[in-house]
Amino acid sequence: MGTRKGMEVSIGIAEAVMMADVDVIPAYPITPQTHIVEHLSELVADGHLDAEFVPVESEHSAMSCCCGSVAAGARTFTATSSQGLALMHEILFIASGMRLPMVMAVANRSLSAPISIWNDHGDVMAARDTGWMQIFVENGQEAYDHMMWAFRVSEDHDVLLPIMVNFDGFILSHVVEPIEVWSPEEVKQFLPPYKPPYRLDVDKPWTFGAVGIPDIYLETRMAHNEALIDSQKVMEKAWDEMAEVVGRKYSVLENYKTDDADIVFLTMGGISETCMTAVDQMRDEGKKVGVIRLRMWRPFPFAEVAKELGGRKVVLAVDRALSTGGCGGPVASEIKAALYPLDKRPQVVEFIAGLGGRDVTIGDFKEMYDKGAAVAAGGAVPPYEMVGVRA
Amino acid sequence: MFEIRFHGRGGQGAVTSAELIAHAAIEEGKFGQAFPSFGPERRGAPVMAFARVSDVTIRNRSAVYNPNGVLVLDPSLLKLVNVGDGLAEGGVIVVSSHRPAEDLRAEFKLPGRLAVVDGLAIAMKTIRRPITNTTMLGALLKATADGDKTLVDLDALEHALHNRFGRIAAPNIAAFKRAFKDTVVLEEN
Repeated sequence: MGTRKGMEVSIGIAEAVMMADVDVIPAYPITPQTHIVEHLSELVADGHLDAEFVPVESEHSAMSCCCGSVAAGARTFTATSSQGLALMHEILFIASGMRLPMVMAVANRSLSAPISIWNDHGDVMAARDTGWMQIFVENGQEAYDHMMWAFRVSEDHDVLLPIMVNFDGFILSHVVEPIEVWSPEEVKQFLPPYKPPYRLDVDKPWTFGAVGIPDIYLETRMAHNEALIDSQKVMEKAWDEMAEVVGRKYSVLENYKTDDADIVFLTMGGISETCMTAVDQMRDEGKKVGVIRLRMWRPFPFAEVAKELGGRKVVLAVDRALSTGGCGGPVASEIKAALYPLDKRPQVVEFIAGLGGRDVTIGDFKEMYDKGAAVAAGGAVPPYEMVGVRA
Repeated sequence: MFEIRFHGRGGQGAVTSAELIAHAAIEEGKFGQAFPSFGPERRGAPVMAFARVSDVTIRNRSAVYNPNGVLVLDPSLLKLVNVGDGLAEGGVIVVSSHRPAEDLRAEFKLPGRLAVVDGLAIAMKTIRRPITNTTMLGALLKATADGDKTLVDLDALEHALHNRFGRIAAPNIAAFKRAFKDTVVLEEN
């Protein structure tokens, strides 16, 4: 059993990264992620963590430095947010295409313009197709646990892909809450040292990042895609083994009070817990409503989503990002794709909530439920709605 | 669930106050949550922070709109901010001021119960700095106590102050204790 402590979630993430014994941290500060790399730089400077902290001049350099460091065989961590993730964009494809395992914590924040430091999922949705594994956590404990987990999955020789652990800026990053920290023995039991199958070595030379002529590019991309899809098996095995070590069981989807629910919310990230609080209150009023929360975003769990949502009357899909000029919310779009092959499909009522840090309240979720209940009673499915928007 | 809203000015330590309450709650085995009103921090501008204390897991991550307790670190904010906004039934507003509680209630039409202590005088005398955030936690705990039962354990809060301030914890703890003793609570009209 670990020790339960009150700590800011960002500090918890940094402490977990220290426990994972990383070798290299190339980083550039950006709100609301800054506390993570600030704390890591202190841990390195004070001698608590034997690692190379590389204060680079931009996020483009941070990600480039990560690639070099992983290629040399070092366990590597970085963290970013919003404009920083956007500036890394070019190198994100290179990290995944070169099959370089690393962990990046992304404190999700909206993109400019207008300038906004506040929380939504616009940043990571713009990086959705970069070929990284992407998961979303909903509280400090989950963020902490998933640092160890992410290294283990990423470095598995059946995976060898980088991973983003997404956690909401401010509404998670800046919150003090209880976190049960792992003991060194638990870390040792769960996370083996990184053993790269290939690495840059002057005595045994390899070429990394070679040109992919038309005769080979297609096959390389197929192999990358298959590795990403297959990473789900490794993720699930690592979740099972983490449960044995620390007693907390995670999975692809989190179901909350869904057993008899005709109407379910489908959420991702930190607002899921606010949604669960709203569900508790609505359950007290006798409403059969629950929450299904997506933990795994890439690869996308099409089979599990179809199985869990298939028998429901109405799905209330709550997105934190907008596909401008497109389908509305990127999560709802995947949900509908997962449901389309089914003979009996639920109605999907779509909401875009909390862009740019607009607070999403218990009352907002209750209003969303009422709109879903109207559809369940035979009403027409409305077009996607921007929750709380002023005309 | 007990919800608190903290009003201060940037640099006065409102966020630290909220965090200390959460740390104390967690240390005594309860659930605690603290977070700032998210924005660019500017020294001197009105800021808010929030805390929740509960016997069960806290899942709500939205802001506090109906606080059971409101802590005002700087009395000049009473002219600028509606500190009583959304105060829950039976809630209390705790203000650092040298003026009598009756005067403040009359001038600013403050709802609910009202607790007042001269936090600035205590801080200047004890900590020798015009920072009232730790002092006023004593007032908050006094004003929200149910008989002998305080919102968070006094020893747990003292321990949280010690963890946060190390060698300068002692004067902060003394100021906190003094405010706990001196705070006057005016019941609801």
